[in-house]
Amino acid sequence: MSAKLYWEDFQPGAAAVYGPRLVTRKEIIAFASEFDPQPMHLDEMAGRDTMLGGLGASGWHMCCLFMRIIADGFILNSSSMGAPGIEEVRWLAPLRPGMEIRVRCTVIESRASRSRPDMGLVKLAYEMIDEAGTPLMYLTNTQMFGRRRVGAAA
Amino acid sequence: MKYLEDIAVGETYAVGRYTFGADDIKAFARRFDPQLFHIDEDAAAASHFGGLCASGWHTASIWMRLMVDYRRRIVEAARAQGEPVASIGPALGFRELKWLKPVYVGDTVDYKSEVVETRASGSRPGFGLMTIRSTGVNQNGEEVISFLSTTFVERRPQQ
Repeated sequence: MSAKLYWEDFQPGAAAVYGPRLVTRKEIIAFASEFDPQPMHLDEMAGRDTMLGGLGASGWHMCCLFMRIIADGFILNSSSMGAPGIEEVRWLAPLRPGMEIRVRCTVIESRASRSRPDMGLVKLAYEMIDEAGTPLMYLTNTQMFGRRRVGAAA
Repeated sequence: MKYLEDIAVGETYAVGRYTFGADDIKAFARRFDPQLFHIDEDAAAASHFGGLCASGWHTASIWMRLMVDYRRRIVEAARAQGEPVASIGPALGFRELKWLKPVYVGDTVDYKSEVVETRASGSRPGFGLMTIRSTGVNQNGEEVISFLSTTFVERRPQQ
């Protein structure tokens, strides 16, 4: 395990790739059955008649898989204090059964919290990509991290 | 679902409500978001959240489930009346998603969605785009989640 990451460790321009994660037909259908039971997320034949053109994962499933990949990739080994939200998600291409996905992460900007001297904010841009590097999902958000040195200048 | 032309900005849908239990919060988080404050009561109590709370992705995914069930009821009612049913989806994505307050064990979230814009689509003949703002409010009247999402909706067929 590498050293725990604090707010100070996220420097603008830094990039990393996390994963891979193989996504099975079974888990696509299991997520959809529970959270998004629309035909194109449950059944190949039904999916063919939709804009997805076949069975594809729920967009919310893509978000949840993204979360798990970054959790295992670096969040769990960090001083993460959660995120106040997501600026934007774009679903660009279907996530199909059997795809092996990765998440590419780029640090966009970093700033200290005005209200909390023990916290900093990091804006991150993410791309979920398939084996060929084709983007499936684009996401930007601001993540809160604890600071290594409380209140020190960045 | 109604055709795009029949949907008015300001229309509001009472999507449904859901109570988040401890086992439910932890089971979701172990699959997708295993940060300690979502899976362990003691660690959560010691964290800045002060108690076990749901992953924000859980709060969002429950909205999707309730919305699918809501739309199904609308479609069934329209079919029973012999009315045409417009097809909907997929969504392009969402933006300005805010997790405004933690969702703690036992909280009941009441979700609503309001139409904020409808417009033609250049890319999909026969379809337009509808943007809705969805919100979830807890039993204390506090907003816990809010986001905008944009989805394809079928246009009324030309005669």
